[in-house]
Amino acid sequence: MKKLSFPITGMHCASCAMNIQRKLLKTSGVASANVNYANEQATVEFDENMCSEPQLGKAVESLGYKAHIGEQKGSEDIVEEARAHDLTELKRKLWVSGILSALLLTAAMIPFAPPFLKNPWLMWLLATPVQFWAGWQYYQSAWSGLKNRSANMDTLIALGTSVAYLYSVFVVLQKSLLEGLGLRADVYFEVSATIITLILLGKFFELRAKGQTSAAIRKLIGLQAKTARVLRDGEELQLPIDHIVKGDRLLVKPGEKIPVDGVIAKGATSIDESMVTGESLPVEKGEGSKVIGATINQSGAFEMTAEKVGAETMLAQIIELVKEAQGSRAPIQKLVDIISSYFVPIVIMLAILTFLLWFNFGPEPQLVRALISLIAVLIIACPCALGLATPTSIMVGTGKGAENGILIKDAEALEVAGKIQTVVFDKTGTLTEGKPKVQGVEYTSGVKNGAKNMTRLKALIFSAEKQSHHPLADAVVKHFENEVKPIEVTKFLDISGFGIAATLGKDKLLIGTEKLMQREHITIPQLLKQKAEQAKENAQTVSYVALNNTCVALISIADTVKPAAKDVIATLKKAGIQTVMITGDNTATANAIAKQIGVDIVLAEVLPQDKEAKIQELKKQGKKVAMVGDGINDAPALAAADVGIAMGNGTDVAIESAGIVLLRSDIGLVPKALKLSKSTMRNIKENLVWAFGYNVILIPVAMGALYPFLGIQLHPILASGAMALSSVSVVTNALRLKKVKI
Amino acid sequence: MLTFFVNVFGAGLMIFTYWFFFMKKEEKAVEAESRLTITVDGGYTPNVIQLKRGQKTTLAFFRKDPSSCLEEVVMSEFKIRQFLPLNQTTDIVITPKETGTFDIHCGMNMYHGKIEVV
Repeated sequence: MKKLSFPITGMHCASCAMNIQRKLLKTSGVASANVNYANEQATVEFDENMCSEPQLGKAVESLGYKAHIGEQKGSEDIVEEARAHDLTELKRKLWVSGILSALLLTAAMIPFAPPFLKNPWLMWLLATPVQFWAGWQYYQSAWSGLKNRSANMDTLIALGTSVAYLYSVFVVLQKSLLEGLGLRADVYFEVSATIITLILLGKFFELRAKGQTSAAIRKLIGLQAKTARVLRDGEELQLPIDHIVKGDRLLVKPGEKIPVDGVIAKGATSIDESMVTGESLPVEKGEGSKVIGATINQSGAFEMTAEKVGAETMLAQIIELVKEAQGSRAPIQKLVDIISSYFVPIVIMLAILTFLLWFNFGPEPQLVRALISLIAVLIIACPCALGLATPTSIMVGTGKGAENGILIKDAEALEVAGKIQTVVFDKTGTLTEGKPKVQGVEYTSGVKNGAKNMTRLKALIFSAEKQSHHPLADAVVKHFENEVKPIEVTKFLDISGFGIAATLGKDKLLIGTEKLMQREHITIPQLLKQKAEQAKENAQTVSYVALNNTCVALISIADTVKPAAKDVIATLKKAGIQTVMITGDNTATANAIAKQIGVDIVLAEVLPQDKEAKIQELKKQGKKVAMVGDGINDAPALAAADVGIAMGNGTDVAIESAGIVLLRSDIGLVPKALKLSKSTMRNIKENLVWAFGYNVILIPVAMGALYPFLGIQLHPILASGAMALSSVSVVTNALRLKKVKI
Repeated sequence: MLTFFVNVFGAGLMIFTYWFFFMKKEEKAVEAESRLTITVDGGYTPNVIQLKRGQKTTLAFFRKDPSSCLEEVVMSEFKIRQFLPLNQTTDIVITPKETGTFDIHCGMNMYHGKIEVV
């Protein structure tokens, strides 16, 4: 027996609930069913062998209602709901306390205010709901803390406002006693009420701004497809995404979201992957191509096989990694953590000290001035700004990264990336495409003037190379495949280290190195020799083609430099960052490529296992080093660097050795990632300077530091205004990061 | 006389504040098996939790305290920053990979607890 609870929507009255309950009870396999109209929930106990969850759903839907089975409420929805609830509550309190505080301020500050308003008993009456209804949460929180011998900002607010309120109550009740002692019998109800109102107002704005800091995560979660078309037993079913299992055959129509990660089994299309990888151009996909869940199918309908579902999908992994990054701690926060731990008790002690100093050494009326300064110190201290300074910037920074295809794995990587002085690029697959490509084909004059049939020659080369599995042969095949049709190869020989020999009908073809030509006593024409030299200077590999013992053509092949590589290097150099290229290629080839893209230093002929040592050497020179690689072959070097930046292969985002993963193979993201890190760190520093500076400067001002020189004593209402602004400013400053151009 | 009394009282209050907040005894660690409920009310109870390295443990945070400071629990070493809805239990599953003492704190770093991994 399985017990299941699920929400039902569409009910209008209690009889709807009864109808659904009856229908569920009639469903075969259901042992018990209870539908509650008040909370719109159904609880069903059923035999799994006789009944399934979709059957329960169908039973409810047959009556015209909607059963939400398996639709779990996401954690972000819970946060959102709680925030919305808090905001509504705050708004209500703000209205009431705002009006009451305005009346109290009018009474206290405006000389021509109606005399009845100035009645201390009425002021007491007006201040009480603000103190104990609107401000109740501060007492609740302070009391909870005190039970555990800890304190927070609410403790300071509760203490500060209580001092003002209780002193005023004492004045109302014992006015004559105070006047008898020669003291002024002023009440401070407007102070306690206005402080609470301003702090609530600050909290309201802070809460609204805080909601925006996690907007990126909510956006990512919102990308998930809700349903999928599943092909089961030749039937097309529309099922919730949670019901999809690995191996399911899914149908995706044009304009629809791809439900999960998988591979195209039938059909071809172009897919907009921008929402996940940031890639702005649609990507062409055909049978066998991998597709990413949550991306949008643009042109054709296709069938796919589900390979990764639930938490395994790329989007789910991205969300998890962003969440983890937002939960991690930046090293810069260490000092803040220490200060925050001692902050509130120290402020309480400073407030008492302030009271004593004013009481002993202050001008008349000493008691009142001492009380005002004590309240000002308690209220102006803002540990929240300190606590919010780093995490809010990290939340916004990592979220912005994810939106742009830059996945920052933790706050430490973010902090170090902002200090990078040297960026080491692995050559193959990072600066270059990693796939050899024909750069040019030079024919002898005999071919060019038509003495030999050029089209047939191309077909011969294409057909012979098609037999070979060498990567260079693949490049040649790709170069000619759209130009010619294949010819039958009657004999084929792979001459290891030299090239190939093939017989095609009457023609004998040789394709290979200069050594192959020499071995077969074939003379290479001077023109081709010259072209070969030029090609070699540009780091290209050359292959000669001999037809029936006459050298007729030269094919130059090279791994092409990525179009963005040159700009990326220039951008980094402009930012004062040294660029290094590391490769296993020989020095001549490496230098030729380095010259094309303009890197500062070339580390050539480095075996894969020695890359890590080279990174360590650079670090020993005192440089902060980032290594950019593909994340698979370069794992040790990525791990050895201060920050490893892995170029994602499109699906694997959880590359362990890297601190930053680029979601698409776009080298242009490297300077962007470094710029984002730098901007985020600058933002954190601004926040910290603000939060520290605020407390370090304004607490002494509240204590009365300016009084001996300027005769200024800070009023508690101004203190509460400043305090309310400080947290909001920190969160608002963090939100500025959203607008930074990277 | 009044001045003397106020000064003595004030000085006493400062000493009391120091003693009350800074001289509290560290609690004895509570050993967690597969699941442990932690009450969030003016701090974390139990405050010191002992976990075993490599053992998957569910920490069930039950938040009773409405203070916004405690609305998030942070365990940076485990890369966790989790929102805790009021009057609800939120499960956080962790499998410690290293031994040592790690901090649990609220979103604003005011309230602290400890995780000892043995």
